[in-house]
Amino acid sequence: MTAASAAATGRGPSRFGFVKGFLWAVRILAVFGILWGSYFSITGGRLSFDQWKDLMVFGVAQGSVYALIALGYTMVYGVLGFINFAHGEVFMSGAMIGFFAANYLNQTGLWASQPFLSLFIVLLVCMTASTLVAVGVERVAYRPLRNAPRLIPLITSIGASFFLQYAFRGLFGAGVKSYPAVRALDGAWNVLGFRVIKTQGIVILAAVGMMVLLYLLVERTKTGRAMRAVAEDQEIARLMGVDVDRTIVTVFAVGGAMAGVAGLLWGLVFQQVFFFTGFLPGIKAFTSAVLGGIGNIVGAMVGGLVLGAVESIGPSLVLAGLGVPAAHQLKDVVAFLALVLVLVFRPTGIMGERLAEERA
Amino acid sequence: METGADRGGDGRRPILELRDVDTHYGPIQILKDVTIEIYPGEIVCLLGGNASGKTTTLKTILGYVEPSHGAVFLDGEEISGLPTQERVRRGISMVPENRRLFKRMTVRENLEMGAYLRDDREGIEEDMERVFELFPRVKDRLNQRAGTLSGGEQQMVAVGRALMARPKVLLMDEPSMGLAPVLVAQNFEIIEQIHEQGTTVFVVEQNANMALSIADRGYVLQTGQIVLADTASALLENPEMKKAYLGELE
Ligand SMILES: Nc1ncnc2c1ncn2[C@@H]1O[C@H](COP(=O)(O)OP(=O)(O)OP(=O)(O)O)[C@@H](O)[C@H]1O
Ligand SMILES: [Mg+2]
Repeated sequence: MTAASAAATGRGPSRFGFVKGFLWAVRILAVFGILWGSYFSITGGRLSFDQWKDLMVFGVAQGSVYALIALGYTMVYGVLGFINFAHGEVFMSGAMIGFFAANYLNQTGLWASQPFLSLFIVLLVCMTASTLVAVGVERVAYRPLRNAPRLIPLITSIGASFFLQYAFRGLFGAGVKSYPAVRALDGAWNVLGFRVIKTQGIVILAAVGMMVLLYLLVERTKTGRAMRAVAEDQEIARLMGVDVDRTIVTVFAVGGAMAGVAGLLWGLVFQQVFFFTGFLPGIKAFTSAVLGGIGNIVGAMVGGLVLGAVESIGPSLVLAGLGVPAAHQLKDVVAFLALVLVLVFRPTGIMGERLAEERA
Repeated sequence: METGADRGGDGRRPILELRDVDTHYGPIQILKDVTIEIYPGEIVCLLGGNASGKTTTLKTILGYVEPSHGAVFLDGEEISGLPTQERVRRGISMVPENRRLFKRMTVRENLEMGAYLRDDREGIEEDMERVFELFPRVKDRLNQRAGTLSGGEQQMVAVGRALMARPKVLLMDEPSMGLAPVLVAQNFEIIEQIHEQGTTVFVVEQNANMALSIADRGYVLQTGQIVLADTASALLENPEMKKAYLGELE
């Protein structure tokens, strides 16, 4: 027995050592690359200080949309332990149905005469649509698999994702639909020396508002406590009298509502939506959730903002300085590089330490 | 003090009853024709070795698993078939095996979870105070995360959490497990106090001496069957019991 354990410890460190050494090499290279690129970008003076600030604001606006979607991934992972890959389509459903509402209001003239009332109506439509889709997917695709291994609903979720994409394509066509512009949101505000384009400002405000509401819901209300209880131990939650199925539906509904808000905000910023709109933002939001520490709600918020900022600034800051041509087209590359790097530096994600600590 | 036999014989209705219960996990039968009656105001214990089916009995009472034959009654009404949360609403709560606190929540939140089905604020406050009286230590730890408590403190919170539901019947699954002997004794004193305050207690234990020292009556479970059922004092004197479960005493 002693011999065996000695052999095990003898072998252990050397294999471990190689991986560790490799990770350290990657880390050092990464830090060096980032510093090097940033140095040349900044000293090279390709962008003015104001342009950097604009990129920053856009990144935060984009990131807050990611954050809203990421909440749905992270909450479902928290209670059921799998990634709901159909969540990008939940977001798309809200954006798409919202488009029809916006378009209708535009034709009636209300969009122009009462822009904020119209936006509010469309917001409710988006939230309702996304919530219904999220809850429907849970009911049809996940609830029957409650006792199956977690890989099974994960695969089902990919199926649900395709189903929704092609159902929307079949119903509404493959063409790109354009949200009407909101004239009242033309122009920009000046906030602490940053030029904030009004739509982006509204996006940031709305997203932050929703996140605060969600945080209060989860941390301060009985419903939120039930969600956390189900996330931690379903059997014991049931013993406290929690209706576990209903709580899971609530989680999907809340995640869906957040994605619906994100859908409208997406429509405001990019003004375009089609059946495939959910894919990339979905993957980015999933990345944000992992980046922040999957299962952690504050982590998803932070992860979204960080990812948005990094992919907005990163290409011009790091890649351009390293001499990469047309760096601004590589924001998706930067986003996923950021994911790899965060996982290399902090495998549990930015806020994930609690999770790791509790598993140990 | 009344004896268990008197209580059983005076024609009163059991508050909790398992009648001819068989329980299966898939094809494997665990409980075989188990009948247990617990009368209001009693402490009853269920003794048995590892894997004899003690936890399964509690799971059957709470509806984590349904009996394949027989039924469970609370206060004369059948509760088998009802969802767990409905049984909890009707007045059963449990201190589970290994305590199972919500480790990421604070102690206060754990206690509040215990009162999840109630909305009488004042009553909840009262019961909170009652828990602090039983366990003064808990009051000092209210805002601490439950995962950082010591084993003994976790046991206190687990009992407190179960009491916050203001149950008619309190089920306890091996409360002495993993506790130092001093704490085990304290723990059983607490169970007696809870009982004196009017809660009926059904305690599952491997520590037969300890359990029988506070119980009115006891059942002995062996591979899923009740092999002995008697008053606590009779069980303590029973030669078979002495040989099989109380051996360490001799
Ligand atoms: N979910 C399950 N599926 C299949 N078999 C199970 C399940 N839960 C328990 N069993 C089996 O049922 C038997 C009785 O288990 P139970 O947990 O009731 O025993 P116990 O008396 O509480 O034991 P212990 O003192 O070790 O807690 C064991 O053989 C166990 O392996
Ligand atoms: Mg057990």
